[in-house]
Amino acid sequence: MIEVRDLKKSFGPQPILDGVSFQIETGESLVIIGRSGGGKSVLLKHIIGLLQPNSGAVLIDSEDITRMSERELIRVRSKFGMVFQGAALFDSMTVAENVAFPFRRQKKFTEKEIARKVAEALDMVELPGIEKKRPSELSGGMRKRVGLARAIVYQPQIVLYDEPTTGLDPIVSDSIDKLIIRVTECLKVTTIVVTHDMRSARRVGHRIVMLHNKKIYASGTPEDIFASKDPVVRQFIDGVADP
Amino acid sequence: MTSLAQRFITGCLQGLGSYALLVKESLFSLLTFKIAWRDVTYQIYFIGVKSQPVVLITGAFTGMVLAAQAYYQFHQVKMDTATLALVGVSMCSELGPVLTSLMVAGRVGAAIAAEIGTMRVTEQIDALRTLATHPIDYLVVPRLLAAILVMPILTAEAITIGIAGGYGVGVGLLGIDATYSWHNMLRYTTIPDYAIGLIKSVIFGGIIASIGCYKGMSCREGAEGVGQATTEAVMYSSIVILITNFFLTLLLGRLFHII
Ligand SMILES: Nc1ncnc2c1ncn2[C@@H]1O[C@H](COP(=O)(O)OP(=O)(O)O)[C@@H](O)[C@H]1O
Ligand SMILES: [Mg+2]
Repeated sequence: MIEVRDLKKSFGPQPILDGVSFQIETGESLVIIGRSGGGKSVLLKHIIGLLQPNSGAVLIDSEDITRMSERELIRVRSKFGMVFQGAALFDSMTVAENVAFPFRRQKKFTEKEIARKVAEALDMVELPGIEKKRPSELSGGMRKRVGLARAIVYQPQIVLYDEPTTGLDPIVSDSIDKLIIRVTECLKVTTIVVTHDMRSARRVGHRIVMLHNKKIYASGTPEDIFASKDPVVRQFIDGVADP
Repeated sequence: MTSLAQRFITGCLQGLGSYALLVKESLFSLLTFKIAWRDVTYQIYFIGVKSQPVVLITGAFTGMVLAAQAYYQFHQVKMDTATLALVGVSMCSELGPVLTSLMVAGRVGAAIAAEIGTMRVTEQIDALRTLATHPIDYLVVPRLLAAILVMPILTAEAITIGIAGGYGVGVGLLGIDATYSWHNMLRYTTIPDYAIGLIKSVIFGGIIASIGCYKGMSCREGAEGVGQATTEAVMYSSIVILITNFFLTLLLGRLFHII
């Protein structure tokens, strides 16, 4: 279980999160929606300990990770997989080396087994046979899917997706959504998806929370949120700009 | 005005603090043998093998100009055969390690800062961390270890080729007596001179790699941030090398005289 308690974070004088709290049950799929620049990526980075809050706590299986040192965090992070907004592939390595990266320190598997796992993961994101390519040779959408393969190849218990479908065509977006659902269900993982793609939010989420004005503004099942009468939520769902 | 000064001083202290933390973490990682030898090998290739031309040229021309200049001065007091001794001593204890390090700082320090800085601004370092890898273990330690291992070798090469160049210019071009000047060089260039040079080079290697890594890791956003990190890495490591060199000369000189 993941619990975020009264999280506050500011960069310099600029507050980004001001008292964010929510919980995610094991095996649940939570979607976080909110405006661009609203601090969704910052929130996600707190959950995996990449950023430290000014105050508040993040509990992963009832362990507070906000006061841990980088070395203590290594143990906690092996439960996580994260897909970055910009893919964040290692550009000095091939696709295969990127996807195999989580295994590089483990003596558990032979080269052959690792190659098989890499091929399976690439198959899952519908990019078979691109092992030898370099990230610079791939399109944005392909890079994102390779990033996804790298995040799920070692079967983590919690997977964080930062805007997995932003900038992809509708067909690829659809296959990514299906993949997220499949990973959540088959591997029994806890999923957190940050997105402002409402179609994707509706399909992927068991529950949706909306980050607005540095706080959780609304929370509920996709049906609740889509039926909401609240003007702020409505405006976001219908995608209308301020007059 | 005071607040500006205050902010400047706080900035400096914070920088020094995080640099010290990086060095501490790296030493911890080194001592607990979390070393990826494959990465170290690659870095040895990158820092050592690819620096050959620049180091050899620097060494040769320094030795040559030193011999020529020393000859012109010594010739006036009829001490021609002291030329090579001067070349030997200064190449070994000062010019060899310092000039080699400055050249390597320009090439390797800049490359390290640019590579790690780019990784930082494209979130690759964050990605490393989410993949349960400590960036110090993976990025800093191999570079630090490779630089520390390789710098003495590069320095020894520069010293050797510098003396050879000095010999060529002195004996071949300016016609000083080969046997006497060689004998004098061996007499005045002592083991401590050579040892001081190699000890210095190890320390300078550590300075180049750690400052390059530090500047890369603390790089600010965007292409501008990477550019600035690169420039500062070269600037700071050069200055730190020159200042450290002065104190090392005093300290090591004292030490070797007692021994
Ligand atoms: N490392 C950082 N340093 C300073 N400001 C940051 C940093 N990361 C994010 N911010 C700021 O925090 C705000 C929220 O960013 P982000 O979480 O990326 O938004 P989004 O909801 O689009 O993912 C932005 O205004 C951004 O400029
Ligand atoms: Mg974002």
